[in-house]
Amino acid sequence: MKFVIALVLGIITGAAIFAAGIIYNPFTAHRGLSPLLVTDAEVITLNFSNVPAESIVYTNNGESLQQSPLARALRIWKAPIRSTSAPHPAKVLQLWEAPIRSTEALATVMRDARSQTVGIGFKFSSDSEKSRLLFGEAIADSVWYILLPGQGTFFIEQTENYWPFLREVAFPAWRSSANNWRGSWLGDMTTGPGALGTAAVSSGSGRQKGVQMNGLESLSTRAFSVDSGLVGAEGRLIIEVPETKDEWVDPVEPTDNTATP
Amino acid sequence: MLRNFFIGTLLGLAGAAAALYGYNVNQVREVSIVEVIPDGGNRESFHINIPMDRIMIGAPGQTGTLPAGLDWPVDEILANVRAEMFKIRNARDTVIGVAVRAAAKGGDEDIIEWVLHLPARGSVLVSMEAAPREGGYRLGEIRAGSREFSPLHGFMTERWVANNSEDEDAPSGHIELMASYVGEHQLSDDEEPIQ
Repeated sequence: MKFVIALVLGIITGAAIFAAGIIYNPFTAHRGLSPLLVTDAEVITLNFSNVPAESIVYTNNGESLQQSPLARALRIWKAPIRSTSAPHPAKVLQLWEAPIRSTEALATVMRDARSQTVGIGFKFSSDSEKSRLLFGEAIADSVWYILLPGQGTFFIEQTENYWPFLREVAFPAWRSSANNWRGSWLGDMTTGPGALGTAAVSSGSGRQKGVQMNGLESLSTRAFSVDSGLVGAEGRLIIEVPETKDEWVDPVEPTDNTATP
Repeated sequence: MLRNFFIGTLLGLAGAAAALYGYNVNQVREVSIVEVIPDGGNRESFHINIPMDRIMIGAPGQTGTLPAGLDWPVDEILANVRAEMFKIRNARDTVIGVAVRAAAKGGDEDIIEWVLHLPARGSVLVSMEAAPREGGYRLGEIRAGSREFSPLHGFMTERWVANNSEDEDAPSGHIELMASYVGEHQLSDDEEPIQ
């Protein structure tokens, strides 16, 4: 009997060592500074609230309303924010159908650096099949549609990695006796599809129509609860705007109007 | 006993690694219902049953809000903006994604755009013409796409189709979206671009 107990204790110890190794693995630590944060190009900066209760509309599969604390803790590995946040307003249609069950939708006000409303943004985000928790990749495929009246619209395609958030915010919250976390966490969520970890930005209308750009989404968190998700958080989108198209001159076929000698 | 504990530790390490390695996210996929059209490309139809698939209507000065309790921002800059969020269905009437339709007036151009998000496939941005064409449909161009839709170009039409059924539970009608995709021709190594 004591041999069986030793074996079981060994298995538990091994699993615990593995879990600690995954969570504290230094090779899956935060990436460095995004190139968009140090670019010389003109950028559009948009701020928004990431807290579902402060959004215009936030909806998901609504499971957070029914699931047990244990189920919620287990699901937090898959979708740290989606698994815990309740839809807002309470009577909004939930995304319970199987093909959209792992998707969340958000509509929020976009503000500029002076906190003035400049438009409205919609974000659709789904769990990605590219997720590999063993390698520190809790990936979500997401798109933003941003409408800035008078300026145009932007379509942002990105993959986001929630692993650093899970490791540094969600896990400490889950481990704490009060099931919440308070502090200051700032991280870049965007990890692709651009080679430098940037999002692909297109414009459907307005001044940048047809221009391909780069973007970055970052998340600043002050409070997180395992029971209700993000409590204090702000998101930021940075879009790198290339030189105005009017100034561009075709280098292959110079016309009489060009300044080419 | 110590040997058993050591073996157990190795088993625990290996078991946890195997469990995490085997853990995968699997999106539920509905089979795409795509039709090949004679002059090249593919056509796919989506629809939205109104009112049951409408998640949100955001517009200034609404009398009743959807969803109940919606607090649409009151700001001058959003005075001419109307945005709606929907679930979208395929030709078999199965929900396969979500979409947003935004309309804005003012400035140099009127904007009407759709973004369709199909979790298992990707997303697509379509800019529609401001004025509807004869027959009540509006034509739009696919401006951008992600994942499966990123190499595709093409068009999409939107049309309101009223329901003539007298069934009490029937929707009042549906928005029909017909997308026509054309892939971008990829040049092979020995092929030269046509000037």
